[in-house]
Amino acid sequence: MTSNDTLVKVENLKMYFPVTAGVLRKKVGDVKAVDGVNFEVKKGETLGLVGESGCGKTTTGRCILRLYEITEGKILFEGQDLAKMKQSELRSMRKDMQLIFQDPYASLDPRMTAGGIIGEPMKVHNLVKGGKEYQDQVDALFKLVQLEPYMAERFPHEFSGGQRQRLGIARALATRPKLIICDEPVSALDVSIQTQIITLLIRLREEFNLTYVFIAHDLSVVRHISDRVAVMYLGRVVEITDSDELYDHPLHPYTQALLSAVPIPDPAVDRQRKRILLTGDVPSPMRPPPGCTFHPRCHMATDACRESKPEGRDVGHGHWVACHRV
Amino acid sequence: MKAVNDLSYYVNKGESVAVVGESACGKSVSALSIMRLIPYPPGIIVGGEIIFKGKDLLKISEQEMQSVRGNQIAMVFQEPSTSLNPVLTVSLQLRETLELHRGLDKQAAEEEATKLLKLVGIPDADKRVTDYPYQFSGGMQQRIMIAMGLSCNPELIIADEPTTSLDVTVQAQLLELIDNLRAQFGTAIILITHNLGIVARYVDRVNVMYAGKMVETGPTDDIYSAPKHPYTIGLIGSVPRLDMPRKRKLYVIDGLPPHLARLPGGCSFHPRCHYAIDRCRQEVPALYELGKDHMAACFRSQEMEDLLKKERVA
Repeated sequence: MTSNDTLVKVENLKMYFPVTAGVLRKKVGDVKAVDGVNFEVKKGETLGLVGESGCGKTTTGRCILRLYEITEGKILFEGQDLAKMKQSELRSMRKDMQLIFQDPYASLDPRMTAGGIIGEPMKVHNLVKGGKEYQDQVDALFKLVQLEPYMAERFPHEFSGGQRQRLGIARALATRPKLIICDEPVSALDVSIQTQIITLLIRLREEFNLTYVFIAHDLSVVRHISDRVAVMYLGRVVEITDSDELYDHPLHPYTQALLSAVPIPDPAVDRQRKRILLTGDVPSPMRPPPGCTFHPRCHMATDACRESKPEGRDVGHGHWVACHRV
Repeated sequence: MKAVNDLSYYVNKGESVAVVGESACGKSVSALSIMRLIPYPPGIIVGGEIIFKGKDLLKISEQEMQSVRGNQIAMVFQEPSTSLNPVLTVSLQLRETLELHRGLDKQAAEEEATKLLKLVGIPDADKRVTDYPYQFSGGMQQRIMIAMGLSCNPELIIADEPTTSLDVTVQAQLLELIDNLRAQFGTAIILITHNLGIVARYVDRVNVMYAGKMVETGPTDDIYSAPKHPYTIGLIGSVPRLDMPRKRKLYVIDGLPPHLARLPGGCSFHPRCHYAIDRCRQEVPALYELGKDHMAACFRSQEMEDLLKKERVA
């Protein structure tokens, strides 16, 4: 069931990467990077995807764009299943979905000029006619992300980290996409530059009615920009709800621990807060623990958690959580 | 290029102090200078004193320095995966310091190494001590670095961005660990970080650096409740906070930090400052005393409270 205002719907998405060993590259197991994820993103909405490193948030983002051949599941973009499409069909869809990468140093071709980088998507998708229109569009994109059009002649290494991230954003906007996957767009940047980029992303969202999937590990940043947030742990979504609800009434013990670990930059407030310190590390996604994958680190775990996987359920007002103890 | 220019700060016995600033503000260079680890050439300490327990570390011989380094002052670096030797076992790397500085024999050093790993909370320490660094996760590797730092009961630990590359939950574990160890052993700590948020809870005093200089220093509570330098105000206001309304407008510090070889005239912060006046463009502000231990390098720091109040009303 997909209503009209849904842009993306992900159903039972699984992405396993094979692990091989020996000279014959025999398959010895799977890294279950994403293991049965469901969610939907409405038009004009920003969905935050949070979790620790290795929880599968980046893989999920890339699966939505079908940058990987997914193992199982459906990705419905405006009702069409991307997972079943041929490469040629996908190509024309791709202009509607773009990606902003984490590392602005690695995601810009060092041998292309800034103008060339931003203009290329328009050429690839035949969005402009003639040199004049192309040049006008490139100039407009530069201004949109608060860079000067004369910088188009420069190469990526002549820009600072924050400016490069602006280039990455301009490139993503070049095809007038409907959906942008922002994969940790600010985590490589300094605090003052982070704020500039977040403010820019929010402004652009309003100006072009964009839909974002905002992937990040910094919960305070995610809360600031997202309408709804999905918390991931070891390849699964453990809780989804709207931002305010998640931060005011987190239900899953993992969400609670994650939130309590985020420091508040005010000693008077921070010293008053109760902390749930998680013990241990995230288990290997090659050998996830049985039952609820979070149980070895959970302070509320019971026998049921060790034996069976909790099914997700809606506890009201679109607050979805997968935990036996809720 | 002046990476650090005319910087002064102090740490009392058993105290924890934060040095906060963005990339390339000179915070790490100042720490490396304390340890005399600045490679020469190209780096050179052109002036100043680094007094540790009454002795100027810049005047003593390299040999004397070696007995200070690792022994009385230890350092924990940002990326544990690159600061541990990948081809040596953890046990061997821990033993190295123990045998060198504390003169333990192999057997005793081995036992001590296991004890240290237990202390920093590594599960199955007696088995894992013979593992190689790659067999540990990032958080565990940083615990090993801390164990190494602690191995000679130093009086000062300099932690350079100890949790930056780690996940929030692991970050919280490690800061809590460092704080407990300080309480237990009375070790003084210099915590270098770019994140004002993480230090709030754990340090007694905060030093804020910008473009190689100290711009504000003071007791933690004063810095967060009544910051006086526009840069500090910006840093605090620019981070989204969980305890504030979600749609709150963030304070944006415009522009970029200056290149250290091409610093603007006057106050280095003036091109990005909302409050800059003509004087800021011409003169370099000294640190003004604003309260007990609280100083800020800003000509307008005294009127800052009124300026902020007016802004809030507007």
